[in-house]
Amino acid sequence: MKLRDLTELAARNLREAVLRNSLTTLGIAVGVASLVAMLSLGVGLQELASTRLSRSGLFDAVFVTTQSNMRAFGGPPRPLAERASTQPARKLDDDARQQLAQIKNVVEVYPEVRFPTEVQFEGKPYMTTVAGIAASARADGAFDEMKGAFFSGPEANEAILQIELARDLSKQTDSLIGKDLVLRYAEKQALPPDDVTPVPKHSAADDAPASGGFSLVPRELKLRIIGVVETEPATGFGGFGRGRLLIPLQIAQNLRIAQPTDMREMLRGNTGKPTYETLTVRVRSPKAVEAVEDTIKQMGFGTFSILDATKNMMLFFTVFDSLLLIFGSLALTVASLGIVNTLVMAILERRREIGILKALGAADRDVRRLFFVEAGAMGLLGGVLGVAMGWLIGRALTIGTNAYLKRQELPAIDISSIHWWMVALAIGVSFFVSLAAGMYPASRAARLNPVEALRYE
Amino acid sequence: MTGTSNGFAVRTERVSRQYAMGQALVHAVDDVSIAVRAGEFVALLGSSGSGKSTLLNLLAGLDRPTSGAIYAHEQNLAGMTSQELAHHRSHTVGMVFQAFNLLPRMTLEENVELPLRLAEVDRAERPARVREAVERVSLAARLSHRPSELSGGEQQRAALARALVNRPTILLADEPTGNLDSVTGDAIMHLLQEINRNLQMTIVMVTHDKVRAARYAHRIITMRDGKLVTEGVSDEIA
Ligand SMILES: Nc1ncnc2c1ncn2[C@@H]1O[C@H](COP(=O)(O)OP(=O)(O)OP(=O)(O)O)[C@@H](O)[C@H]1O
Ligand SMILES: [Mg+2]
Repeated sequence: MKLRDLTELAARNLREAVLRNSLTTLGIAVGVASLVAMLSLGVGLQELASTRLSRSGLFDAVFVTTQSNMRAFGGPPRPLAERASTQPARKLDDDARQQLAQIKNVVEVYPEVRFPTEVQFEGKPYMTTVAGIAASARADGAFDEMKGAFFSGPEANEAILQIELARDLSKQTDSLIGKDLVLRYAEKQALPPDDVTPVPKHSAADDAPASGGFSLVPRELKLRIIGVVETEPATGFGGFGRGRLLIPLQIAQNLRIAQPTDMREMLRGNTGKPTYETLTVRVRSPKAVEAVEDTIKQMGFGTFSILDATKNMMLFFTVFDSLLLIFGSLALTVASLGIVNTLVMAILERRREIGILKALGAADRDVRRLFFVEAGAMGLLGGVLGVAMGWLIGRALTIGTNAYLKRQELPAIDISSIHWWMVALAIGVSFFVSLAAGMYPASRAARLNPVEALRYE
Repeated sequence: MTGTSNGFAVRTERVSRQYAMGQALVHAVDDVSIAVRAGEFVALLGSSGSGKSTLLNLLAGLDRPTSGAIYAHEQNLAGMTSQELAHHRSHTVGMVFQAFNLLPRMTLEENVELPLRLAEVDRAERPARVREAVERVSLAARLSHRPSELSGGEQQRAALARALVNRPTILLADEPTGNLDSVTGDAIMHLLQEINRNLQMTIVMVTHDKVRAARYAHRIITMRDGKLVTEGVSDEIA
């Protein structure tokens, strides 16, 4: 029989038992829908997580510390004797900073400048955390959806407010832009060298005038608010997401803020040249991170990048996705059993009809194909319907989640994501699973003995 | 229609069909050899359970013999693949049954078109073929009716049109008048006779009715317990 005749006969048969066949098709649709909903949820959440992370500017950054610092993170403490025998850890000073900046694909190297302090706004004091933002941070996506503008220059007396601080300052966060606030901080001032008694041995080699100590002087700086940002941009290793008042990095450095580590450095006698606790190396693209990280390690520094962490996250999503896939497939399996059941029922009901078809010249093959076309049609229809339903479920989940997020005053997100490949995959899978389900009924119908089928009235 | 080298449309050589019923063997058709000439109208008589339908189904290629050979235009059905048997049923023979066996949800036109679909006859050719078959049984006015809207006689005529639409050379009828009153039955018999004469169609018809068999058929073959009893020539053949 020609395909067109097969299709016409199949369509007629499907219409004749319309209730049963639509229920079967609906069953497939529900199976496909759960598959699509789960797949889109898995992919959607994954996309959400990775765009959020790349927004944070962490993907193209390598955080550099001295090796001794690095060991403080998690590694077992080494006995003192061993520590003494190894070379002193390389210092993270301006020379090192210069050298890091020379590495291929490195865009910028900057220290983390972040400190808690007090701001005055419209006469009232607020405690907050200030973070210095490097010029290259502008490109990392954290400022894509900001209100207002990015810093006009590297030394502009301007501030960008993180939304949490902005909300503290005013209910209408937009109205803050253009207003001034005052930053109050403690400045470090070097004391003359003769005040200091112990002179470290190696400081003789330093040509800079070594200072033995410092005093703290209260200062104020007037800043103009030029923007409000929702995301919390990275400011450095271990410190990302906690800067509330963002100012140009250069300004922050020039302030010579007293840092908590100053005391320790002074006691160790490292007061000659400023050393950095950590440096952030911004790399041209996430792809180059690994090579840059290796180079820095060879230079004798400790490194950390978020790529290490994302590997774990990807593993989590792989497991999560396969779980979703398993449940979706289970639903589809149940649905395909529905096809088997429906078609086996149809054979019993259409025994005589099959006998007549054979008496009129139908080959076994024709009968088999007829059942296949019926199964395939239900699968195709169920697939299309299922994709539509799955999309609706995904939408509903997103709308529901966003309604909740809105009540919590959090920004809206898109948790489910349907791609064309998912649509094609779902319909394809549904079609082929249905054909597979039709295999047994079809071959049973084809093998039906026409003499027996025609004998009974 | 088409003559063959020896003039036989269909013949059997010591054909048997057995059924296993538990331990016992039922010899539904037992060592039967018959020969039907092209254009001949043969009646197959016998009491219930004598094996008439079984023999007819063997001739139709709807069933396979346990042993022996069946030749339709000198092609042995016993050696055919199921695909070839389907082709035989589609192109060489047409069948009508006591129970008419029309598909209840199809119109008369669709029922008659069905064998054309199965035989992959060109779509453009189909309406004319359907019309030709339906006109032969005088049902052209009822094309859009469903079987339930037709009388018993009309249903059997529809089934006859369906059997003829693929222009077979052999018509096999299993008690075609069994469900009809005598007047309607006679009309069907007339129609069969007309088809036999006008189209030179070979007809093998199973019946219980000796009188009709004698009146319409050229020859009567009688069966008892799966075996052949006699071969008599009816008066009508000259
Ligand atoms: N599938 C089968 N299994 C077992 N026995 C069968 C089967 N089909 C037919 N028979 C037996 O074969 C014998 C011949 O049956 P068949 O239907 O050919 O008889 P018939 O002459 O057509 O009878 P009727 O006039 O009642 O139609 C019967 O005894 C029947 O019981
Ligand atoms: Mg019978």
